[in-house]
Amino acid sequence: MLVTQQEKLRADVTALVDRLGPGRSSLIPILQDVKRRHHGVDSDAMQIVADLLDIHPVEVYSVATFYAFLNPAAQGEFVVRLCRTVSCELAGKDAIARQLETELGIAFGETGEDGRFTLEWANCMGMCDQGPALLVNDRVYTRVTPERVREIAAECRAAYSGHAAERKEGYLV
Amino acid sequence: MSIQTQGNTLTFASIDGDAGLKAALAMKRADIIDTVADSGMKGRGGAGFPTGMKWNFAGAEKGDKKYIICNADEGEPGTFKDRVILTEFADLVFAGMTIAGRAIGASQGIVYLRGEYTYLRSPLNAVIKKRRAAGLLGEDVCGVKGFDFDIIVALGAGAYICGEETALIESLEGFRGEPRNRPPFPVVAGYRYAPTVVNNVETLASAACIFVKGVDWFKSFGTDRSTGFKLFSISGDCAKPGVYEFPFGITVADLLKEVGGGDAKAVQIGGASGTCVPRAQFTRQMAFEDIPTGGSVVVFGPQRDMLAVAENFLEFFVDESCGQCTPCRIGNTKMLEAAEQLKEGTCSAEYVAELRELSGTMQVASKCGLGQTSSNAFMSILEHFGDEIMSRPVQAETARTPA
Ligand SMILES: Cc1cc2nc3c(=O)[nH]c(=O)nc-3n(C[C@H](O)[C@H](O)[C@H](O)COP(=O)(O)O)c2cc1C
Ligand code: SF4
Ligand code: FES
Repeated sequence: MLVTQQEKLRADVTALVDRLGPGRSSLIPILQDVKRRHHGVDSDAMQIVADLLDIHPVEVYSVATFYAFLNPAAQGEFVVRLCRTVSCELAGKDAIARQLETELGIAFGETGEDGRFTLEWANCMGMCDQGPALLVNDRVYTRVTPERVREIAAECRAAYSGHAAERKEGYLV
Repeated sequence: MSIQTQGNTLTFASIDGDAGLKAALAMKRADIIDTVADSGMKGRGGAGFPTGMKWNFAGAEKGDKKYIICNADEGEPGTFKDRVILTEFADLVFAGMTIAGRAIGASQGIVYLRGEYTYLRSPLNAVIKKRRAAGLLGEDVCGVKGFDFDIIVALGAGAYICGEETALIESLEGFRGEPRNRPPFPVVAGYRYAPTVVNNVETLASAACIFVKGVDWFKSFGTDRSTGFKLFSISGDCAKPGVYEFPFGITVADLLKEVGGGDAKAVQIGGASGTCVPRAQFTRQMAFEDIPTGGSVVVFGPQRDMLAVAENFLEFFVDESCGQCTPCRIGNTKMLEAAEQLKEGTCSAEYVAELRELSGTMQVASKCGLGQTSSNAFMSILEHFGDEIMSRPVQAETARTPA
């Protein structure tokens, strides 16, 4: 990592610690923010967070790897999570899964080479009466049909190619 | 984003929770607790612990720092009523939290909102801000000198186990969501080891209603041992899925009639950790004394493959077990393997008998509710659909979801 990037990360995290306090309770909110901005939590980031909270980096690693949404691996700008639990299965999630793989050109568990999309399974997301349901980052899509998969992917691509400021508006709810 | 409530009108829509808050604040603290105890209300999150008793325990603890936690982790498969409550009736939930805070002597409330509901965070914070401005939160709430209470929203990060109250507390403290040993119970040593009440979203909203409409009104719904009305999350093979309100005691058959699921061959009640009820038992009641439930009902139509359902639940538990204790971590893996063997037609009847024993071991030897209940659905599916499963033609993977 470039020194400047690392410095930027340190500045980001320092600002967060100032806001949230240096207590252990701040760890998950900090990791959520790092993950949201940087799409992953690499070892430099873990070290910086550990330094600022005065805990061992392995503590940071252990927490980050426990939570599905804090996965420290580098992921795409858009993490697409399709619900695979019972009601969405009954509602036909398999057809949506196939269509997602085709539209995004990646399999479940993969991140595309351009870093735009990551495709993952998720467990029940509380939208069971409106399945099949999926999340794109924080945004919920319900009653997804194979045709809508294409629209959703197009929406994300449009947001991605836009200006950075618009890009944020494009997918954050 | 489509958030909607199908089904009948919810009682919550007709009640002003802040009238309940004001009524409660005019009472002595012990009387607030007695009112909830007299209502007979049991927790709406699934386990059904009497709410008045929980508040009483926490209230009796010494200490000037206590916490009220609203469990909005709603991870149980097939459950989504808390999402609707938080979307449409957040004021009622916050009024309930404030009443609970007054009752036990807490000054801090925390909503633990599941990561999947991140989109609800800003609207909830906006409601909190409005309440502060209206004097319903903050210092001297509603003008009651010395009663300070405020609420913050904390976000989960995609872990079903964090709905378990001690795992939730670990998570709030910045640790892995691994359940704690009990005792001590959270009412004695919870968040930051201070006395803590953890209640479900619906429990808190319902508590506020009791202070508006009275104990007798509340007890006029439901059965003797399961008082009040309950929100049900209905999904699966029915014409009108959605959130419904019914009194406790409604039979499965009557419920199915309401939601247009009359031809169901089975329903899963209580989510993945609940139980599978076959058609022959549809006269049973939804109530703590018969089928206890947090209100999740998944309907299975006549054509559904029940083994695929069991397999889906087991995949869920293998994925979501925190891995801390062996009966759960290994037990669920073994259960899933067996479901796969059954699918391939390579599981002996003798092994099925061994699975029953394993399930018994998981029930008694697991540390938390996840491992204690995770094999129930598989076992009840084997019990009621054993013939269908043992005599099935070997199926290809692609046949799992009928069109
Ligand atoms: C694995 C597991 C998951 C749970 N998930 C939830 C949940 O998502 N929401 C909830 O309110 N309670 C959940 N519970 C129950 C809580 O531990 C706790 O009993 C409940 O929040 C108490 O609230 P109540 O008495 O108001 O129902 C879960 C329990 C277990 C064992
Ligand atoms: S029963 Fe399962 S989820 Fe609960 S503590 Fe043990 S391993 Fe973790
Ligand atoms: S089963 Fe998919 S959202 Fe609940």
